[in-house]
Amino acid sequence: MDSDLKEIHPKIIQALLDTETDITVDDALENEMVLNMGPQHPATHGVLRLVLRLDGETVIACVPDLGYLHRGYEKLAENMSYYEFIPHTDRLDYISPMANNVGWVLAVEKLAGIEAPPRAQYIRMMIAELARITSHLVAVGSFAMDVGALTVFLWTLREREKVLDIWDILCGARFTNSYTRIGGVANDAQPEALAKVKWFIDQFEDNLAECEKLINTNRIFIERVDGVGVISKEEALDLGFTGPNIRASGVAYDLRRVQPYLKYNEIDFDIPVYTEGDSLARYFVRLDEMRESTKIVRQVLDKMPQGEVLLNQPKKVLPHKTEIYTKMEELIHDFMIVNFGINPPPGEIYHAIEGSKGELGFYLVSKGEGHPWKCKIRSPSFNNIQVLPRLLVGQMISDVVAIIGSIDPIMGEADK
Amino acid sequence: MDLKEHVVQKLKEHFPGTNFETTDYRDELTIKFPKEVVVDVCSFLKFDPDLEFSFCEDVTAIDWAKRKDRFTIVYQIYSFKNNFRLRLKADVDESDCKIDSVTSVWKTANWQEREVYDMYGISFNNHPDLRRMYMPEDFEYHPLRKDFPLMGIPGSIPLPKK
Amino acid sequence: MGLESLLKQDGYFTTKVDALIAWARKSSVWPMPMGISCCAIEMMAAGDPKYDIARFGSEVMRFTPRQCDLMIVAGTVTYKMAPVVRKIYDQMPDPKWVIAMGACTASGGIYRTYSVVQGIDQFLPVDCYLAGCPPRPDNLLNALIMIQDKIGRTKAAEFKNAKPPELELTQRN
Ligand code: SF4
Repeated sequence: MDSDLKEIHPKIIQALLDTETDITVDDALENEMVLNMGPQHPATHGVLRLVLRLDGETVIACVPDLGYLHRGYEKLAENMSYYEFIPHTDRLDYISPMANNVGWVLAVEKLAGIEAPPRAQYIRMMIAELARITSHLVAVGSFAMDVGALTVFLWTLREREKVLDIWDILCGARFTNSYTRIGGVANDAQPEALAKVKWFIDQFEDNLAECEKLINTNRIFIERVDGVGVISKEEALDLGFTGPNIRASGVAYDLRRVQPYLKYNEIDFDIPVYTEGDSLARYFVRLDEMRESTKIVRQVLDKMPQGEVLLNQPKKVLPHKTEIYTKMEELIHDFMIVNFGINPPPGEIYHAIEGSKGELGFYLVSKGEGHPWKCKIRSPSFNNIQVLPRLLVGQMISDVVAIIGSIDPIMGEADK
Repeated sequence: MDLKEHVVQKLKEHFPGTNFETTDYRDELTIKFPKEVVVDVCSFLKFDPDLEFSFCEDVTAIDWAKRKDRFTIVYQIYSFKNNFRLRLKADVDESDCKIDSVTSVWKTANWQEREVYDMYGISFNNHPDLRRMYMPEDFEYHPLRKDFPLMGIPGSIPLPKK
Repeated sequence: MGLESLLKQDGYFTTKVDALIAWARKSSVWPMPMGISCCAIEMMAAGDPKYDIARFGSEVMRFTPRQCDLMIVAGTVTYKMAPVVRKIYDQMPDPKWVIAMGACTASGGIYRTYSVVQGIDQFLPVDCYLAGCPPRPDNLLNALIMIQDKIGRTKAAEFKNAKPPELELTQRN
């Protein structure tokens, strides 16, 4: 000790001992700092940028900054026909493209006043539910990965690949499907595809249970997310949560139930609701919803009627390709629709479906032209991210990734 | 009584001097009113125990290009109690491109109004944090206006040097 | 590489330093996953058990640019995002390569709009353009093989005078 002191210059020791001097040690915990998180950050699920003000390790303020993926969808929609916009909806919520396709065509059909044949509606229901499964698989997997459990992610992605293989058979694309058409779906579901769907849901529940066991017995995971990011029912409603997130806060708001579209009113399914409102509850809701979705798909497969998958209405619905090549009338209709669009009557509608992330709505204004005068996409992720500042304030910095993961935002949709 | 008539009648009773235009298209009710009363109407619709439109789904605007009242602000609101969706509209002219913010009624409207501000350049009075939502802060134009070209104005946003 | 058989014959073999360095470099490319939008999901799929990018020595996805030598730009680059992409590229140590994954990065893709950069080669040197919207994961693996070929053909001396990056960015916010 003594020898140590000798090496230090006596003046310094004197200065340290002297209470009058101004040498202070900055206490890191007593200073606020601003931390920039994103837009390139592995845990922000894309290009979300958060500017956090920290007091030590506690978040005292949070400002999300969006727009790093703003691609101008609404402007694009005003400049193209209703048909041409179908591929663009794939890229909105790019984890579940099929569900967005369904949402868009339902909105356009409502505007044009047509309805798809029953078989097409059942197929749409099937693909929307399978899309929900893929979306929740990615959500659960990446949520677990964010808090440190990597294996789950590989397992859930393995399951997701199986659904992508189904898409491959069904419409020829793995990922950006554009499978639905106004007035139906692009082609009938092949027996192989349906057989594969059946095989998938038969084996899925066991595999899901396996993943669930892996997560639920992981004490680190549970303790990191339990009671983190709690939001009450009233606040969640006020701030615009929808989808699994609001059902984790105790509100049984599910558009499939409250305003049934397609044939959901013929299907028997439950709406999982948890009242805790924390990250763990949001994860549980997603797990339960995947089970409900398999239930729905199973019923859809049982009930699916035979028949046409495209409406026979030449002014609004594109005829089938083989007919275009062989029949004059179909060729003319095809030409008219491709060149001038489907010209729905003037008017405005809002149609929302229960997308994988929440309420996915399209507000369309038509002036009777081939392209929409105004198209507004009410994207669930945008409104879900709005809740982030409220959830993050008062939490620790390491919980930030857990909370973002539990909300499951997709920036393609939030930024439009 | 039909819920739609009920809503309209209640509004008319409560705001006697105000002109409400209603349209019903594809089973969706739209109510249009002057922009001065927007906060009053919204808070009435939210807090009336019969109606309880407690959820604001969406706020957006329409640009009518050459019309006199160039913009229309559109609110989609939803009542959990009655399972009913309602659309509210208010016209805003370009010469007085302002409307009162409804953030005091629904907190959700905060970002949605910011989006409208960014895309259409309509500003909202009493908005807590009126900044651009998507475009960079120093961007000068409002992309969703009909006179803005789809491809944008070349050189309006700088790119890093190669 | 069949080196063992050579060694068994004579006990030594000759090669160029260039070839040796290139050989060592090319099979351990560490990618920097610049995942921006939809293509990023297919990039993730390339890492999953079915496509398994680990077979090509590139499973080490590092999210810090300092440890990487290959940037995979996967997704639509908007004008707001462009400085970020460039900044991350500048932070990567030389030698470095860039894959432009998907139609968006190559040309703006389906987004001919006011906010999307019509091709990232306007501000970034690109080594490999990858077609598709999105490219299938196998296609990404193909691009990786092409990059490996390119690395194999590059002489070590070419990197000797690599200039330090210039950080000329417009600072936002
Ligand atoms: S190329 Fe296609 S899939 Fe890839 S980012 Fe662009 S739109 Fe998305």
